[in-house]
This record gives sequence, structure tokens and C-alpha cells, in this order.
Amino acid sequence: MELELKGITKRFGSLVANDRIGLSVAPGQVHALLGENGAGKTTLMNVLYGLLQPDEGEILLDGKAVRFHSPKDAIAAGIGMVHQHFMLVPVFTVAENVTLGIEPVRPSGLLDRGKTRREVRELSHRYGLEVDPDALVEDLPVGIQQRVEIIKALVREATVLILDEPTAVLTPAETEDLFRIVRQLKEGGKSIVFISHKLKEVQAIADTITVLRRGTVVGERPPGTTEDELASLMVGRNVQLRVSKQPAKPGDAVLDVDGLVVTDQTGKAWVNGVSFQVRAGEILGVAGVQGNGQTELCEALMGLLPTASGQVTLGGRDLTHATPQQRLRAGVAYIPEDRQQDGLVGEFSVADNMVLDVYDRPPFASGINLRPAAIAANAAERVQEFDVRTPSAGAPVSTLSGGNQQKVILARELGREHKVLLASQPTRGLDVGSIEFVHRRIVEQRDKGLAVLIVSAELDEIYALADRIAVMYEGRITGFRPPTVPAEELGLLMAGAPGQDSGSPGAEPTPSAPTATPGAGQ
Amino acid sequence: MTVADRVQPVDLDLAAQPPSSAFRRWLAPATFAVFGLVNIFVLGLYSHSGDATFAFSQAFAKVTVPNLSLPAATTCYVCGAITLVIAAVRAFAPLGMALKRVSIAVVVFLFIVALLCWADAGLTTAFNVVNLLQGTLNDSIPIMLGALTGVVCSRSGVINIGIEGQLLLGAFTAAIVSTVTGSLWLGLVCGALAGSLVAVLLAVFAINYRVDQVVLGVVLNTLILGLTGFLYDDLMVPYTNTLNSPPTFTAIKIPLLGDIPIIGPVFFDATVFLYLTYLALAGVQVGLFATRWGLRTRAIGEHPVAADTVGIPVLAMRYRNVIAAGVIAGIGGAYFTIGSVGAFGKGMTSGEGYIALAAMIFGRYTPFGAISAALLFGFMTQLQSIMSTLNTPIQSNLLLMTPYIVVIIVLAGLIGKVRGPRAEGIPYVKA
Repeated sequence: MELELKGITKRFGSLVANDRIGLSVAPGQVHALLGENGAGKTTLMNVLYGLLQPDEGEILLDGKAVRFHSPKDAIAAGIGMVHQHFMLVPVFTVAENVTLGIEPVRPSGLLDRGKTRREVRELSHRYGLEVDPDALVEDLPVGIQQRVEIIKALVREATVLILDEPTAVLTPAETEDLFRIVRQLKEGGKSIVFISHKLKEVQAIADTITVLRRGTVVGERPPGTTEDELASLMVGRNVQLRVSKQPAKPGDAVLDVDGLVVTDQTGKAWVNGVSFQVRAGEILGVAGVQGNGQTELCEALMGLLPTASGQVTLGGRDLTHATPQQRLRAGVAYIPEDRQQDGLVGEFSVADNMVLDVYDRPPFASGINLRPAAIAANAAERVQEFDVRTPSAGAPVSTLSGGNQQKVILARELGREHKVLLASQPTRGLDVGSIEFVHRRIVEQRDKGLAVLIVSAELDEIYALADRIAVMYEGRITGFRPPTVPAEELGLLMAGAPGQDSGSPGAEPTPSAPTATPGAGQ
Repeated sequence: MTVADRVQPVDLDLAAQPPSSAFRRWLAPATFAVFGLVNIFVLGLYSHSGDATFAFSQAFAKVTVPNLSLPAATTCYVCGAITLVIAAVRAFAPLGMALKRVSIAVVVFLFIVALLCWADAGLTTAFNVVNLLQGTLNDSIPIMLGALTGVVCSRSGVINIGIEGQLLLGAFTAAIVSTVTGSLWLGLVCGALAGSLVAVLLAVFAINYRVDQVVLGVVLNTLILGLTGFLYDDLMVPYTNTLNSPPTFTAIKIPLLGDIPIIGPVFFDATVFLYLTYLALAGVQVGLFATRWGLRTRAIGEHPVAADTVGIPVLAMRYRNVIAAGVIAGIGGAYFTIGSVGAFGKGMTSGEGYIALAAMIFGRYTPFGAISAALLFGFMTQLQSIMSTLNTPIQSNLLLMTPYIVVIIVLAGLIGKVRGPRAEGIPYVKA
């Protein structure tokens, strides 16, 4: 089936999310849609999937114009979508999830489970998507859950498959596996729309790459195009993909985490005996696939989750059971993973958000009174210093773009006296310009002699920033490596393969350590 | 010491235990031990001398079963000893989930045996077990039906706190319609519709207007308590004969099955309400777990977004399910009047809707579980009412508390954490 989008325009109020977008996907092709967050990729796909109605333009299937009023229409027309956040019912079996909505029934009116099971087996076999139809989805690893989503689309006889940021939650090995499946689907005559902002992946899998920027198509390129060219198309100017930084000159250990265990109410250990040190003047990058305990690690270090056992010391001071406020005052600067939820109060002004941590102390307060003049003066200064683009310091912070919100957080956290910077997914969802800014600031902190801990699911970010890399898997650190380690080896560690440590010992720091050695089980 | 040395895994099993688990671990054995000690030192030591006699047949039964006489004090001691052994086993041996549940059942059973022996010791009248069980089943009808309503609503993603109101309005409507028309069946149908009328209010406000469902349910209950109370005082009391003296359903004995000793009178010699309960149980159980409707219902209660993306109309389905489930509770309410005592009384449901809600949770949101829990509560109520006629030296007000105490012990201590449907109580907003 040939899919064509013509002049699709979608507006949200004054914002034009898609501006006359044209796109055509040939059968048996992998068509990549490359663009930054907010470039309009997801909007376009939601239009194609019937979740949104376009204001202008049309969708053509084999030359015939169609209108999708709901996903149901799109599914009926042979379009399948694998959402970024899986649409699976965790307590159902694979077969139940696959069959939901199109359940075969026996003449008695009861579900025909046998038929579903056979269908799942048949499709798994044909496209190399091994999965047990009777397994409970909540017990399956993310990579397998994604296969279930693909099978779900295939059972509905999809000929065009939309994969929305499919690798965001996968380990490198799982990504490889996904690519194998995509190639197999392609051979089976399916068309695939592959949405991503990761240049390398797009180059590896696509037959054609369409680049989106600010809602418009800025170019179509073959997969052989260089990374630099794709990046500058995507961003609209030349970008520096790597942060320039000098070798680290680490000093003494500042943050010392020893045997940290964090459990939830059910007793599951999200962080399970993690030990590391972060030294003054170095950046420790914690890599790992999302959901392996990194979030809990950061929250426990900030005192937002209780520490079950282990010890956390900052500059020799025991903070294991300190409250968040005590930690802030002891010198922790914290950039939370979810800036809107945990970093800012959306309805508050930029100025107020900049003093959330110190509003009750002079010069911002005297006695029980706030001193608005001091708060405003502080805001004016910081807005300047951190280049926050806001109509005024009095504007609600929720009206700012993601990049500018992050700058507000940076301004607040770095404005306080601190010894260690704890940054969780510091550039998630930001545009390339803001990423550059944030990265520069983080490296600056390191060069000032602060200890920096970065947690990121993006390997590129880890490579760009870290002087030493720790990999987390299922709540444990599977290994420490120098930043020269090959990505394959990190990938194995991220999938839990036990590696022998080849990099920087904690007590005797050698950041320019020998290149990572194999032995991590190839 | 290098970092590599320090990345030793800590002992998982010790580290993974949250602080509260020790409490959890010892709670069940400790509770069992208390039961065992009560059996021995309270019931055994203080029982009157003599035998306790149990009868297993009703008068005029075709086939009779001989009475059973047990030495009261000795039986209490034996029950207590076995309970203590179970407590010890539970404390020190690793038991599977199934065995844990069996152990709870056995302990409760032994306690009841001991209690009955103590109460009946030395009395000339035999304690009729069949009456006890028959009463249990009938008394539990509103709780069972209410709990089934709750299961369907919760599985669809809507918390139904309004079961109490549904029962009450069902009882009221059935009484008044049956009195005025003289037709029991019409009363039953209208009672059922009254239950779903309350459900319509619940659905509109919970699904459409996204009102907090717990608050909404309580408000509905209060509304109906007030409304029926007002109508009762101002209409039914002055015009009792024309508005509030309905006939009642009589028991229908099922041929053959009804003559089986013990089982027959308990299960197959009852009003149409009990048979409707069987139907409702089978319908909800099979419906939820073996049909298309059930799969979709569970999907909208667990992950409505996922259901929506495969074309299931989440809101429409929640509406339909909540309103249809209201019929079940309405029938349960009708039992209070036309299935049992006849005339309506102010606030006559006396919190059984809330007990139904507890039964639903205790039964882990499954139809069979909810029914079993409802029967346990009904049994305690029945036991209390029979014991109060046995001249036992317990204050009757104290006895009245027992069903609720059992609810608290069972919910808080022995069942542990029950996970409801994930989207329960969360209004669905289409993206």
C-alpha cells in the first residue's frame, strides 16, 4: 500500500504544529521521520492515526483520499501504531492484549482463546517476533512488550506501521533486535514509518529520511547523508555535537555513596546496594536504560525517597537520613528528571521559582515577610546571567519553553552555594540549542571544582559529559568505565552482563585511564 | 579499596525487606495464636459442663441425619490445640499462598466450632446447623448482590460507594410498588430499576462530570437515606395499609435437589432471590473472564487509554456497565422488603452496602471471592442472631459487633494488600 500525505496543516491556537507537510511512503520501505522534540513529528503521526483531525490537507492511500475520524478508521485502513508509551494492559496475557478489541468468539459467545494463541504464534514465527502468548505482559521486559505491540498491529492487518520513538526505552541490544524485526517486516512488504530524533539510528535503518523542523519538512535525504548534515538540517544551523572540554582534574571525593538500598512499599529494591564516589572536579555519568533505578537513586540522594540501608556522605557529613532541605543547605544542587512536576511550580512566576529554596531566608525574607524587591532584583540578575527568554520575570514559569524552564532551574540551583550537582536527565525534551547551553554549564561547574553526577538514558549525553561512566541495571551498578569505552560494551552492561571493571578505581583516580578493554564478554 | 571491590551486591533478601514486613510476617501467626488461646482459656475453661448437641436436619425433612453430641469443654481444648499448632506452622514453615488461605479458613472454622460448643453446652435444645447455614445464605443475599455490583463497577474503573443507596432505594421501591400493585414480580422489577436509577446518577456525575467518586458515592447514600426516610415518615407511616404492606415471596423448593440432607434445605429451598443470586454470580464470573464483554470491561478498568486505541468506547462502556450493575444491587435491595420482612423500615439496610464494598475488596475484586467474603459476613451476622437466642451470657450488643470486628480483622490483618483495577476511580479523559 502506498501512503501519501499532502499539505497536512494542523494548528493548535496560534501554534502551527504542522505546516503543509507532504510525505510519501512506498511499500516495503522504512521511512524515517527525523526531528527534534516539538518539530511536529508526533502531531503528524496522530493526524495519520486518526487521533487528530488535520485543518488542511489530505491523506491518500493508493492514490485515494481518506479521512480518519478515529484510530478505528486508521486501523481499518491498515495503519498500525506502536506508541512510545506502550498501550498494553499489564495484567493481561500477551494473547489477551493482542486480541483486545477484535476478539474472536465461539458460537457459544465465549472467547476463542485457542484461535488467538495460534494467530500470535503464527505471526511471531513469520516475522521473528518470539513471544509466549500466555505470558503476562507485566512480567515481560520492555523489548518483548514492544514486540507485543507490533504483533497487535499485525493482527489487525496493518500494512503501514508507525513506530514512535521506538528505541527510547530499549537497550542497545534490544535496539539491534528491533532493527532485525523491522528489516524482516520490510521484506514481508510492510511499510514502516520510523520516528526518531537519534541520527545514528535513522542512518542505520531508514531507506529515506524526512527531516522536520518547526512543523515543516526541511528536506528529504538518503540514509548515506552525514550526521553533521542531518543535524544542521534538524536544528537549522550548524551545531556542535560534542561539548568541548578539557581533561578533568579530579580532587578528593565529595559525594560518597556506600551500599545504598532504596525500596518501595512492596519491598522491591529499586536501588540495590549501590556504591560510588564523585570527586571534586569530575563528572560521573550514570548510564542505563530507563527504569533501572536511576530515578530512585537520585530521589534517594535528594531525600525524596527514604533510604532503606547504606550511607550517603557529602564532604564528610552524613546525609543518609537528612531531609531534602538539610541536603540543599548542605550543598546539593539538584536538577530533577521531570522539571514540570518536580522542578518548578508552574503557576508561580519565574522570579518566585528562582527562590523556592531560599525564600525563607534573608535577603528574600525578613521575619515572616517576603521581600518582593529582593526577589525581583535576584530574578533580574539571574535571567540575565542564564539567558532565560521570558517576557518578564513575573510571567508564570509554565508559559516558558522547556529549555528556558530548565534554565530557571539551573539558575536557582547553581545560585545557591553548593558542593555537588545532581542532574537527572538534564536535557530531556530540550532543543539542541538548549542542550548545548545546559551541557556547557555543567562542564563549567566541573571546571570550577565541583563534583557532578549526571544520570541520563541518552548514551550520547553520557559520552559528551562524563569523565567516568557507571552503568546501572536493575538497581545495581554493573560496572564503571572510562568515557573511551566502546558503546557495545556499555550496551552489554546496560543489559546486565557482568563485566570486570577496567576503569578508574575509586581511591586512585585515573580519569585518563587506559582504553576500555574487552573481556566484558563479547 | 577500589570501586570494583565496593560494588559487591548486598544480601538481597535482608536488604529488600521493608521495615513493616516483620509486622506483616508475625501478624497472622499471632492472630491465630490469640484464637487458639481464646478457644482454650475462654471458651474451654468457662464452658458449662455437659455436651453440646448439634442437629443437622430440619423438622419434616424427608431424609434425616442423626444429631451429633460433643463434650463441650474437651472439644474447645482440642480446637484450641489444633489452632496453636497451625499458628506455629504458619510462623515457622514457608507456606504457599493456597495453604495460607486454607490455614485461615481452618482457624476460623475451629473457632466457630469451639464457640458453638461453649454456647450450647449443657442445654437441652440442639443447635441446628442447617438453620444456621440456611439463614446465612439468605441473610447474605443483599451483601452478595451488592458486592457483585461493586465488582462490575470497579472492574470497569468506577468506584461504587453508592451500593448502600442502591440497596435502600431498591428496598423502598419494591415495597411500595408491590403494595400498590399487589404484584411481587412488578415490585422486584421496579426495585431493580431503582438500583440502576441510582447508578445513572453515579455514572453521570462520575463519568461525565468527573466528580470524586468516593465523595459522590457517600453523597448519593446520604441523599437516598434522607429521601426514603422522608417519604417513609410522611407517606408510609400514615398510609401503612395502602403503601407499605407488601406481600413477600415464598420459598420455592427445587424438586429432588431440595430433599438432599443438609445441602438441600440450605441451597435449594429458598425464595427466587437466592436463585437470582446464583444466576448473577455465574453471569458475572463467566462474563468477566470468558467473554468479549469481560475482556473489554477489564481493559477499561485497568488501562483505558490502551482500550481506547483499539477502538473500545471507554466512556460508553463504563456507562452501560455501571447502570447494568445497578440492577443487581436493586434486586439485592428488594430482598430486604419483599424477599424477607415485607414492610419497609427507615434506614433498614443498616450499612450492608458498605459491608458489600468490603466483601468486594476482601474477595480481590473477583465474583467468587466477593461472594465468599459476603457469606463470611452473613455467617457472622447469623451466628450472632442465633446465639442471642441461646441464652448465652454474652451481652447482645457485644454480639452485634462481631460481624464488623471480623471484617476489620480480616481486611487489616489476614488479607494483606489487595490491588484493585489500576484505573479504578480515575475519570477517563480522552486525549
